[in-house]
Amino acid sequence: MQHDSIIRDPLLLGKKTYHQITEDVARPVEGKANNYWWLMLAFAVVAWMWGIGCMSYTVGRGIGTWGLNRTIDWGWDITNFVWWIGIGHAGTLISAVLCLFRQRWRLTINRSAEAMTIFAVMCAAIFPVLHMGRPWLAYFVFPLPNQFGSLWVNFNSPLLWDVFAISTYFSVSVVFWYLGLIPDFAMIRDRAKIAGRKISYACYRVLSFGWSGRAKDWQRFEEVSLVLAGICTPLVFSVHSIVSSDFATGVVRGWHSTVYPPYFVAGAIFSGMAMVLTLVIVGRKVLNLEEYITIQHIDTMNKVMLTMGSVVGIAYFAEFFMAWFSGDPNESFIYLSWNNAIGPYGWAFWALIICNNLLPQILWSKRIRTNLYITFVMSIVINIGMWFERFDIIVTDLYRDYIPSDWTYYSPTWVEVGIFVGTIGMFFTFFLIFARVFPFIAQAELKTTLKATGDLFHNPPRKLKANGQASEGYEVKQPAH
Amino acid sequence: MSHTYVHALYNDDDRLKEGATKVRGLGYSIKEVFSPFPVHGIDKIMGLNRTRISICCFIYGCTGFSLALWMISYMSVYDWPIDIGGKPNFTIYHNLPSWIPILFESTVLCSAHGMAITFLLRSWLLPGVSPKNPDPRTTDDHFLMVMPAYSEGDITKLTAAAKETGAVEIKTVHA
Repeated sequence: MQHDSIIRDPLLLGKKTYHQITEDVARPVEGKANNYWWLMLAFAVVAWMWGIGCMSYTVGRGIGTWGLNRTIDWGWDITNFVWWIGIGHAGTLISAVLCLFRQRWRLTINRSAEAMTIFAVMCAAIFPVLHMGRPWLAYFVFPLPNQFGSLWVNFNSPLLWDVFAISTYFSVSVVFWYLGLIPDFAMIRDRAKIAGRKISYACYRVLSFGWSGRAKDWQRFEEVSLVLAGICTPLVFSVHSIVSSDFATGVVRGWHSTVYPPYFVAGAIFSGMAMVLTLVIVGRKVLNLEEYITIQHIDTMNKVMLTMGSVVGIAYFAEFFMAWFSGDPNESFIYLSWNNAIGPYGWAFWALIICNNLLPQILWSKRIRTNLYITFVMSIVINIGMWFERFDIIVTDLYRDYIPSDWTYYSPTWVEVGIFVGTIGMFFTFFLIFARVFPFIAQAELKTTLKATGDLFHNPPRKLKANGQASEGYEVKQPAH
Repeated sequence: MSHTYVHALYNDDDRLKEGATKVRGLGYSIKEVFSPFPVHGIDKIMGLNRTRISICCFIYGCTGFSLALWMISYMSVYDWPIDIGGKPNFTIYHNLPSWIPILFESTVLCSAHGMAITFLLRSWLLPGVSPKNPDPRTTDDHFLMVMPAYSEGDITKLTAAAKETGAVEIKTVHA
């Protein structure tokens, strides 16, 4: 049994028992989906199919179908790539970094956040592959022998680091996620056995890998989880640092900046946390998990978001200041500069500042942080802001090239917009299926902390009112004399 | 070898630990405990050794690092050194800093996957393997302790110990 500080509020409401947790987690998997779910799935699948159409068009006709030009040769594609990769980071932060910090509030959201990571990385990977122009040659990014017709890959290039970083990140995240799912699949399998649901039993028997919950298996499981959390922590920081190196090692003013790795990691956690909030605010309501993902969880995630948003804000200020302070005429045209703020891309500059710096300041208020509607809107606003951050870094650093005759403008075509919409559709298709087929909450892990965080076990009460009386619903244990 | 087991089913992890401590105190062994979540401390009570899987992880990590270093230096330095922007790949030493990201990623890749595969194989968790928990409730909210009994006296003593510590169901199973 784990013990928690008595001044903390319970993280699990509704007087849950072990069995009740099982029931609540299994309900969405065993029950039938309602019409809203089917409607959302239909929208998501249609968007995904539209995206596949646009991708096929791109592959068939070449990337001339996009709005890129000689000056701006990275546009929506790389913007979307970095945006999706960034979103993925909150999942690993919650499952690995907060695991090492022993933050128990992560336990009810880690499963869905990890799923988000995996789906986001899948969406991200589409963009660089399409941007190659000849995606059927994508395997050339791997270290293949010279006999394939090209030289060995260049190990000094951050683009190759990306290949290694993202493939490692994706595969390790899948392993981490799946290992955690095995005991929960076993729970659903055994419930199907008791209820006599044969097809369900057969499916979950395969998915659960024959998990029995033996003491030795649990001992290894815990060790593996802890060590994986330990190695995923530097991994998650390395991945976005490497993505930022795609820019930071380039000789483009505005990109060539040593602050990029920490700044990108903070931005990634900022946008990822916003996406987790978007997903769990809807998920907790639809799946009746309000007693698991409580207002306290939402408040805590908002605090993480506010902290990361502040880090990002300071980085913006530093970039803006240094661009001005350097006195370099090239620097005075970077994405965070006055010339950009009043230039043709000023709308993108101000969208970034308003969505990422100004509006999130309302999160300093606890009343706002605990308001679901405002939090939901803010989470979407921040994701739009973070998309604009990447758009600004890429497009508005490129469009004022070193030779003024190269100065130009870039607008996406319907094909680029369609591919982006398609990845959003793909993401939500996978997430909706995940929410119905997979246990949404890591119930086995959650049960280990029930006695420390469940309100049924709070005795003496965690919080006394000013008059010394227990808060409503808690028993007061009389001190022994 | 005994083929008789006493199965004691508990509905609380603390009671299970009490029961396990009592049974061990009486000098009996515990063959297996099936639980819906990791019960901290039960491995020590049962007398299980500490798992060495993290040592395996370290070894896999070292392997991944060495393989990556060997691969990169073979490809970039020995087989086909490339002069890119006046920064030639002629020595390992000069290139090492820019290889760190890939060396690190390969270390993580091998250690994580190696450890996961070792765990699955050692615990024999593979698609299609039949679950071994005798009672399906042990993945929900029950905890099953399996104790070998060698005589009628053992069965009586183990049953009494389980009952005393709050087991909700006690069965004698001949296997």
